[in-house]
Amino acid sequence: MALLKLTSPHAHTAQSTADVMKLVLLATIPGLVALTVFFGWGTIINVFIAAAVALICEASVMGLRKRPVMFYLKDNSALVTAVLLGLALPPLAPWWIPVVGTFFAIVIAKHLYGGLGYNPFNPAMVGYVVLLISFPVQMTAWPAPAPLYPAEIDVPGLWQSLQIVLPFFNEALTGTVSGSIDAYTAATPLDTFKHNTGLLVEQLYKKDPLFNQGSWAGIGWEWANFAFLAGGCFLLYRRVFTWHAPVAMLVSLTLCAALFYDGGSSSSHGSPLLHLLSGGTMLGAFFIVTDPVTSATSNKGRLIYGALIGILIFIIRSWGSYPDAVAFAVLLMNFAAPLIDNYTLPRTYGHKKSRKATEKKDEGP
Amino acid sequence: MRKVWDLIGGVHPPENKHQSVQESIGTLPLPEKLVIPLNQHIGAPPKLLVSAGDIVLKGQPLAEPKGMVSVGVHAPTSGQISEISDYPIPHPSGMSARCVTLIPDGKDEWIEHKGTDNFRDKTPEELLDIIRSSGISGLGGAGFASAVKLSTRQPISTLIINATECEPYITADDMLMQERPEAIVEGIKILSYILGEPDEILIGIEDNKPQAYEILESYLEGTNIELVEFSTRYPSGGEKQLIQILTGKEVPNGGLPADIGIVCQNVGTTHAIQRAIVHGEPLFSRVTTVTGKACSTNRNYQTLIGTPISHLLEYNGFDQSQCSRLVMGGPMMGLTLENPEIPVIKTTNCILAPTEDELPTPPPAQPCIRCGMCAEACPASLLPQQLFWYAQSQNYERLEAHNLFDCIECGACSYVCPSNIPLVQYYRASKGEIRKLAAEKVNADRARQRFEFQKARKEKEEAAKAAKREARKKAAEQARAKAANTRTSTEVSPAATGATAKSSAADDIIKAAMARAEAKKASPEEQRAKLERGVVRAESHLETVEQRLQDLDSEATDKQREQAQAAIEDARLRLEDAQSKLKAAPEPKPDKAKEVMAKVQASPKEALEKKIATLKDRINVTEEKIAEAEDDALKAALQKGLEKQQEKLRDAEQQLTEAPAESTTAISETEDAAATAIAKAQAKAAAQASMSDEEKLRANVTSLQTRLKKAQERLIVAEEEGSNHIDALRTGVEKLQAKLNSAETELSELS
Repeated sequence: MALLKLTSPHAHTAQSTADVMKLVLLATIPGLVALTVFFGWGTIINVFIAAAVALICEASVMGLRKRPVMFYLKDNSALVTAVLLGLALPPLAPWWIPVVGTFFAIVIAKHLYGGLGYNPFNPAMVGYVVLLISFPVQMTAWPAPAPLYPAEIDVPGLWQSLQIVLPFFNEALTGTVSGSIDAYTAATPLDTFKHNTGLLVEQLYKKDPLFNQGSWAGIGWEWANFAFLAGGCFLLYRRVFTWHAPVAMLVSLTLCAALFYDGGSSSSHGSPLLHLLSGGTMLGAFFIVTDPVTSATSNKGRLIYGALIGILIFIIRSWGSYPDAVAFAVLLMNFAAPLIDNYTLPRTYGHKKSRKATEKKDEGP
Repeated sequence: MRKVWDLIGGVHPPENKHQSVQESIGTLPLPEKLVIPLNQHIGAPPKLLVSAGDIVLKGQPLAEPKGMVSVGVHAPTSGQISEISDYPIPHPSGMSARCVTLIPDGKDEWIEHKGTDNFRDKTPEELLDIIRSSGISGLGGAGFASAVKLSTRQPISTLIINATECEPYITADDMLMQERPEAIVEGIKILSYILGEPDEILIGIEDNKPQAYEILESYLEGTNIELVEFSTRYPSGGEKQLIQILTGKEVPNGGLPADIGIVCQNVGTTHAIQRAIVHGEPLFSRVTTVTGKACSTNRNYQTLIGTPISHLLEYNGFDQSQCSRLVMGGPMMGLTLENPEIPVIKTTNCILAPTEDELPTPPPAQPCIRCGMCAEACPASLLPQQLFWYAQSQNYERLEAHNLFDCIECGACSYVCPSNIPLVQYYRASKGEIRKLAAEKVNADRARQRFEFQKARKEKEEAAKAAKREARKKAAEQARAKAANTRTSTEVSPAATGATAKSSAADDIIKAAMARAEAKKASPEEQRAKLERGVVRAESHLETVEQRLQDLDSEATDKQREQAQAAIEDARLRLEDAQSKLKAAPEPKPDKAKEVMAKVQASPKEALEKKIATLKDRINVTEEKIAEAEDDALKAALQKGLEKQQEKLRDAEQQLTEAPAESTTAISETEDAAATAIAKAQAKAAAQASMSDEEKLRANVTSLQTRLKKAQERLIVAEEEGSNHIDALRTGVEKLQAKLNSAETELSELS
């Protein structure tokens, strides 16, 4: 009788890569909700456009590469990239922003490098940076948090948001030119700090409605960050990734911010809380820095990788020309990850010390 | 409570142990045939003791251990050997190996056997002998010869009994502990006695065997044996892992547990050792779990080694249509069997027949996303994702830098891999490939060393020859200078009194040189004999190389032909050199012949003495090596070598003592032979010495003529055959002709 011949192990956990990706998608929901609550429908529209483009790009590339299309679509990795990019983009950005970004992320940053598992750079962050450098106007136009809208302007609803995002659609349909996003934009907390020249931190917090209506780091922003933190904790609990990289990043960012806070003078770069709870800090810490493909491999390596990202974020935020810096910091450290890996192999059982990955052979098998 | 350390990494797959512990250990009717593989352990295959047609009794040895790391096998029941042939065995490759097929006669008749009432009456060495001859190898894992593991030279402070049984489904050790705790405890005492009563004796058990724990504990009262329970986590039962859990120590890389004073034995092996020593029963059966949903009953059986798996399945309601694969061992490290006729061997702790629901066929592998779950699960702290990356790109250097060879192939990484990558399979393949490359490299290195050594030796010889030539030349020059000097000094002496002091100093130097030259000439007979031998050698060499050139077949390359020609030229030059040297050698004095004989006589004795000295040196070296050797197998091999050397030494010494008696006859014989040779040489030398220049020339011409003739004949033959080296032969003939011509002209000028 013929029997199946397989090598051990025969048992296997039920969890699949698709499940892992699903968990990540699930964990983004709190953040998505918070962003929608405070900044309107823009983010959800971004996410949907990005997801659709990502699936189309993934399927076409897989078709071109003559791979089973459904098998690869089902791993959900393209969806994760798309959702993360959609969350990072400014709400109410024109439709072609997520389209161009997602195309870049999936086709250029992911598949031209060999597809899932082979890309050296985080695809979502590549897409984001390409957009940020190419279209700085659209990419820096963040709508104001809903509670800060002037009384005469209503918060745009879903329909209105769609009209803003898809102006050609609106014109074809109604013949009228849709409202510009300019009416709704406002400075982000990090922008405010960057351009603050005369006010002490305390005064700024009292004067600026962005801060005086919020608690720690600007109304809306702090809650979006808390939501991403919650999602991250869920993923940690489900052991989707280890704590090393995100914790190291948050700790190093906190330490840098504390070191340069200088008591809240007018040239202060902001308190640790401001840095932790504004911009893309939490999204970056738990959804970008933890991307296993592009980060360092060992736990020790991830500590170093995360910590250096935290430091870079602070440096670029404080002295660079962009208000936020998560994408740049992550991409720069993606470059360094293989080098970190080389020096951070764990000590193997029975060995006195760890070896270097590039160590030449000195002992036989 | 004793402190236990946490297992590094690890996984917790569904245990599935409850199914097979519902009933006690059963026995099955005898199968129609038993197929007993000879080699069921790690190490050398044993020596077969029976042949087809033999009637054997239960417990009779079928094969005995051959070498240190070897284990015998015994007949599990009485019957007749029907054949000894290659048969499929449990092996990942599905290979066949030498097996003894036994047809049971149903009488189950025991061979005479006797146990030991009190094992303390025997020495540990005697007990080890019993363990060795009872065919006991590890029943838990790889099947390493137990006697070898126990006969460690390092002091042992901790004995660990492995009752972990961390693989899912398997309950053989669990049931053994529940049913035969007394025997196990006695077995532990025997092990402790053999190891010189270590300070600590620990039984390591996972917390998923509460019954076994309770029962065993009740038998441990009043002993120094400690039962240590720790949480269930795979692979805590790996030897290295268990040691780490119980002691916090790590077995050093490349070392053995004995290096840190620990010996680890499986609980099943401990039981088998107790049976062998107390009851005199060799290892021919074991407890095997038959489980999986494709079998209607799940139970443990006392199974005879050699029982076909199909026999076990048949009695447990096996439904093949339900079975997804047949596994020997557990779901984590077991191997699949393609053929249910494969027999149970000493390491078969479980037969698992799962349904597709239990162990589904793995889906196709997805790309590695480097999620790192494998690294979290790895008990050896490796980076499986990196190993996979480098295994795919066949980057063996990086694989070794990432300590691939520390992978114990436990399968925890593959178990957790969300992309379903068969990681362990990649590691096994890479390990095999690296081992193969290493073996090839060793061979290449050896060949290179041989070549280099040969080259160095030749260079050395060449240098020594050149030095000798130089010395001879100098001596001759000095002798000539001296001769000239004496002549001038006698001529000028009356006039040059003032220069006496100077010339006396010069005289001293010349005297010394003469003395040296004299010393060199001390034995002209030897020199002549040597030179004559040289001529003969050169002649035969010339012939050989000429022959070789002829033998070169048509396919030979130009290069080969060129080489052959060069060799011939070289040989010719050497022959001429040797001949001229022989001519130049002084005539031997007859009274020196005795000296040569003395040397000939002395040589056998001297040679023997020299041999003895070298042998002694070698023995010393081997003894040192043994002292340094850490590996038991290596030690055994070295010990064997040492014994051989000692034997040789004894032989040589024996010969030496007998030598004087024998040599009297030998001497007379050699004396005769030497005398004739010397006489011949003397005659030849005398003839040559007496020859005038003319005669010498004439002799030369004759010899050249004969050679020319020979060469021409060869050339003709070659031309007829259309051989490829006609050209070479032709040049040879031309050269000879030229030489002959010049010699003849010289001769004509003289006369």
